[in-house]
Amino acid sequence: MNSATITKRYQSWGRYPKPEHRAVEKLYWRGQDFDFGRLDTTILPFGYGRSYGDSCLNNDGVLLDVTELRQLIAFDAEQGILRCEAGLSFAEILDFIVPRGWFLPATPGTKFVSVGGAIANDVHGKGHHIDGTFGCHITQFELLRSSGERLICSPTENVELFRATIGGLGLTGVILWAEFKLKPVLSPLIDQERIKFRNLDEFFEIAADSKTTEYTVGWIDCLSQGDSFGRGIFTRGNHYDPPLGAEPDVEAKPMVSMPIDLPSGLINTFTVKAFNEVYYHAQLPKMVRAVVPFDPFFYPLDVINNWNRGYGKRGFFQYQCVVPYEDSIEPISEIIRRIGASGQGSPLVVIKTFGDRPSPGMLSFPRPGVTLALDFANRGQITLDLFEELDAVVRANGGAIYPAKDARMSFETFEASFPQWREFEPFIDPKFSSSFWRRIMDKC
Amino acid sequence: MLKILVIGATSAIAHETARLFAADGAELFIVGRNPDKLKIVQDDLKVRGAQRVETYTTDLAALDQHQALIDAALASLGSLDAVLIAHGTLGDQGQAQASVEETLQQLNTNFLSVVSLLTPLANYFEQQKRGCIAVISSVAGDRGRQSNYVYGTAKAGVTTFMQGLRNRLSKVGVTVLTVKPGFVDTPMTADAPKNPLFAKPHQVGKAIYKGMKQGQDVIYVPWFWWPIMKLIIHIPEFIFKKMGL
Repeated sequence: MNSATITKRYQSWGRYPKPEHRAVEKLYWRGQDFDFGRLDTTILPFGYGRSYGDSCLNNDGVLLDVTELRQLIAFDAEQGILRCEAGLSFAEILDFIVPRGWFLPATPGTKFVSVGGAIANDVHGKGHHIDGTFGCHITQFELLRSSGERLICSPTENVELFRATIGGLGLTGVILWAEFKLKPVLSPLIDQERIKFRNLDEFFEIAADSKTTEYTVGWIDCLSQGDSFGRGIFTRGNHYDPPLGAEPDVEAKPMVSMPIDLPSGLINTFTVKAFNEVYYHAQLPKMVRAVVPFDPFFYPLDVINNWNRGYGKRGFFQYQCVVPYEDSIEPISEIIRRIGASGQGSPLVVIKTFGDRPSPGMLSFPRPGVTLALDFANRGQITLDLFEELDAVVRANGGAIYPAKDARMSFETFEASFPQWREFEPFIDPKFSSSFWRRIMDKC
Repeated sequence: MLKILVIGATSAIAHETARLFAADGAELFIVGRNPDKLKIVQDDLKVRGAQRVETYTTDLAALDQHQALIDAALASLGSLDAVLIAHGTLGDQGQAQASVEETLQQLNTNFLSVVSLLTPLANYFEQQKRGCIAVISSVAGDRGRQSNYVYGTAKAGVTTFMQGLRNRLSKVGVTVLTVKPGFVDTPMTADAPKNPLFAKPHQVGKAIYKGMKQGQDVIYVPWFWWPIMKLIIHIPEFIFKKMGL
């Protein structure tokens, strides 16, 4: 592969930092003998590049593209257990399972992630408060180590490596295939309710009332101050139970593309304020109920191919933190207030309460509390300074920052987020590394 | 349900095509050289809905093994509704120029083996008076170019052979589909620098599936290779010979 192709195709979703990879190797089939010994540098598995920061990059090293590993291996239609190769995307899996009455046990906000990536980042979604992370549903996977060993890892076999690999950021070896339990659904449609909330107290009230609703998420206008501080829209839904004989009508919407890089300054305080104003007031009644296809419910941004180019060539950051929530909205208010005061931040501010279902993953990010995720156009030092400020609040309150979204957290923040990293470290494959891991550990 | 023989089934394009027939519940007899890879394809096709998938391992360059392969397929499936021939090697033009053995070997794999398979298969379908024969040729067969004319020659042979077969078998209602892919992003082209003209195997697979179902004659995949090749074919030889294609 020539270097232009590598530069263009193998970036992270936030397009920051800009990596220079020495080479990209491909795995074409799961039985392939891959000679790790001939590499004089480190390697990192790569799927569809949907991690935002540098956890999917290996600057000056080699990437191992696994997206050709897209075979189904076995499907138990009674139990809903699917075994497939690690390069298969959630989109392809949905195409297969949805018509058969099943759904993903956990899914992030994009379906263009690989199974391997979903495990390596132990992804979560709108159902976390009930279903936990994707890692909670893994029954087994096969891990190829640079020694050539192929290890079956499960809750009963190679248990420690199983736990290290879930949320292990691709550092423990390459996942060749995985098996996981699906969720039976009555229909792929979602019975959705959208409820306006005037402030954070109201958000938490609705969240508390929605504990048995399968999917919940909130959107917050982080720029509004004073009386309207913390206002937003709460979206919740269950899989729709269709009346007998009714055919669910789910039509795929055509995809549009962001054909060019928009100017970097286009997403600014003014446009974000305008967007939030319109978005909040577009819904007049307090609550709106509708039956919607699962695609716009789970993957609203997937209809715009390469939406990340909207942030221009300089790229963008996503900031996602979690802070414990015990009857106090103060920490999360503090964070939102600081973001609002900074005048930075995007229209896409997502807030969600996590549940307490534990993941087997050693470095799993979700934990009981409330999580906030939003984009920031890359405005250089002032953006980084703001993150440091927010990190301090997160640390002081026993929270964590999500590595899958990160391109800049300090070792101090990482250690505060994942004190268990020392337990994880021995499981890293000696030939595997990433830009993220070196960045954090160099400052150790 | 359709009973289909897929030869060279572990190739990315054949596999993608077979996946679509599998989803329809087809019965498939898949042939390849590597038993481990065949098993992987077999599992995938079964999970995707194929009613039945049988595997058969052989080296397709060994022409004297072909009759046994066809007999086995017929014995296993009982009859055939369609055959897809998809095996081949890209071959190295430089090596072919340096060695007549290498050249003949490339011609054997990419041309003679196809003829050797198609001769009995054509007779079978002619007698049956229905069915579909699909073969993957290439745009490279449309005009000889210095960079890959040995491969191109083999594919030109396949294309011409298929034209003749179509002319003969259309009388009895058998469809004959020549597939001409351009660049496809597969293991076969792993070392080639990629450009926007490269198609994904699943795009090509879908086009072949449609072409077989609809009884088409010749398809260029993606479609834009049709005007490109029309243009290339019509460049006068006195200009073409000076070009570095």
